Amino acid sequence: MNAPLINWYKFSSPATFYPLAGKLIPWFAAATILLAAVGLWISFFVAPTDAQQGEGYRIIFVHVAASWMSMFIYCVMAFWSAMCLSFNTRLSGMMASALAPTGAMFAFLSLLTGSLWGKPMWGAWWVWDARLTSQLILFFLYLGFMALQSAIDDPRRADKAGAILSLVGVINVPIIYFSVQWWNTLHQGASVSMTKSPSMAQTMLWGMLIMALAFWAYSITMALLRVRCIILEREMTNEWVKKNALE
Amino acid sequence: MHWNSLNDFFAMGGYGLYVWGSFGACALGMLIEPLLLRARRRAIVARVPAKELME
Amino acid sequence: MSAFFVPFKQSVQRDLLLAARHKTELITALFFFVIVVNLLPLGVGPDPELLRKIAPGILWIGALLATLLGLQRMFAPDHADGTLEQMALSPQSFTVLVAGKITAHWLVAGVPVVLMAPLLGLQFDLSARSLWVLTLSFLLGRPVLSLIGSVGAALTLGVRGGGVLLSLLILPLYIPALIFGAGAVEADLAGLSIEGHMSLLAALAVLSAFFGPWVTTFALRIALE
Repeated sequence: MNAPLINWYKFSSPATFYPLAGKLIPWFAAATILLAAVGLWISFFVAPTDAQQGEGYRIIFVHVAASWMSMFIYCVMAFWSAMCLSFNTRLSGMMASALAPTGAMFAFLSLLTGSLWGKPMWGAWWVWDARLTSQLILFFLYLGFMALQSAIDDPRRADKAGAILSLVGVINVPIIYFSVQWWNTLHQGASVSMTKSPSMAQTMLWGMLIMALAFWAYSITMALLRVRCIILEREMTNEWVKKNALE
Repeated sequence: MHWNSLNDFFAMGGYGLYVWGSFGACALGMLIEPLLLRARRRAIVARVPAKELME
Repeated sequence: MSAFFVPFKQSVQRDLLLAARHKTELITALFFFVIVVNLLPLGVGPDPELLRKIAPGILWIGALLATLLGLQRMFAPDHADGTLEQMALSPQSFTVLVAGKITAHWLVAGVPVVLMAPLLGLQFDLSARSLWVLTLSFLLGRPVLSLIGSVGAALTLGVRGGGVLLSLLILPLYIPALIFGAGAVEADLAGLSIEGHMSLLAALAVLSAFFGPWVTTFALRIALE
């Protein structure tokens, strides 16, 4: 088992990465389940009732995890996009494509859980605060990436075009966030804000962290599963696929 | 543990709909995604023998 | 220096000449702007107070949509007849030629919108000073729309569903320009200083002018492969 630890470049070939991914999936799946179990236990049985928000605040444990993951995955996507354009490796582009749907799902869940949290707490299903609005725009950026890739038939062009888009996007996200925050503070009408979260008890922080880690392990599992599908779809005509596809 | 009864647990102090809606939606998403991927993989594997016949 | 200016000027002149042969296209895009802006009051009611308040937003969004409509024209015709490929292969810097094309596009599609904006602003009963602020915000901001839009046009060159896809890709990236541009006029309406908004808009303009042509050229090469 020494070779993988020393020669990373070996795994930049889809053919060699495919079995490695296959071996890693069960471990990350197990980590997901374990972390989720602990996280859920903390969320419901350890974290105390909040003084202001009662039991309703518990949504924070999935809302924050989903938000963090949607942002983190976009950054990782951008990293692989940069790799794709710099080193021209097929696998980098495939990795970026594999990450997008999971990121989009978490962006959507962040919006959904945010609405479900906002309604009982602040009376509205939607508030135009900086964070929610930026999260919505991030969701649009994910959709744009996925739409562009599905519209381009040539996989290599799709990889590279998507890579440019995600890099342009990742640079713009801070600019967009800043401008939305600027917009929000200048139009300060509603005093409701998603940033007014309950004062954090230690257990609450732990709960959020563990759930975030669970979502992270889940994302890795999904990305590995999806990239294996992508590898098979693209490399279908190669010999090694016919030998390995049934494993 | 501070739930007096199972009913209290489901009610979540009145916020049941919102809390369980949120956790439920996340669970649903994180269930459907792997299932879709499994279907995708099966579709590919099913195509491989057909491609072999073509060549 | 002439290695930059000569091909740049030639590229601009060529595109202007081509555009002059299809004047109707440009006028229709301009009138799209006019119609969209006029549509909104019909949707929200004629109350002058309300209209004055939402005018900056309406005008800017109308400009965004009008820009999106015309973006495909930047590269698609040249791509269709093979000229774009020739430009990529020519000894002159492709980036400079592309910068020329973006500039020509702005001159043809952007400047008329900038000039039309204050006229439309009159329909919303904006004061003379607000109209000046509006025009200035358009002057600084409209080039940003062309520059960011050119990246989208390059990415979606020859792609299925190009126009609508382009909109989906570019509109989120237009948001900062929209916020600072419309925000400047809103600030003026509220009697506040426009300095902050204008500086940020100017910063956007400089950044997009610097990076836009380079990223667009990169994307075009990928489309041409």
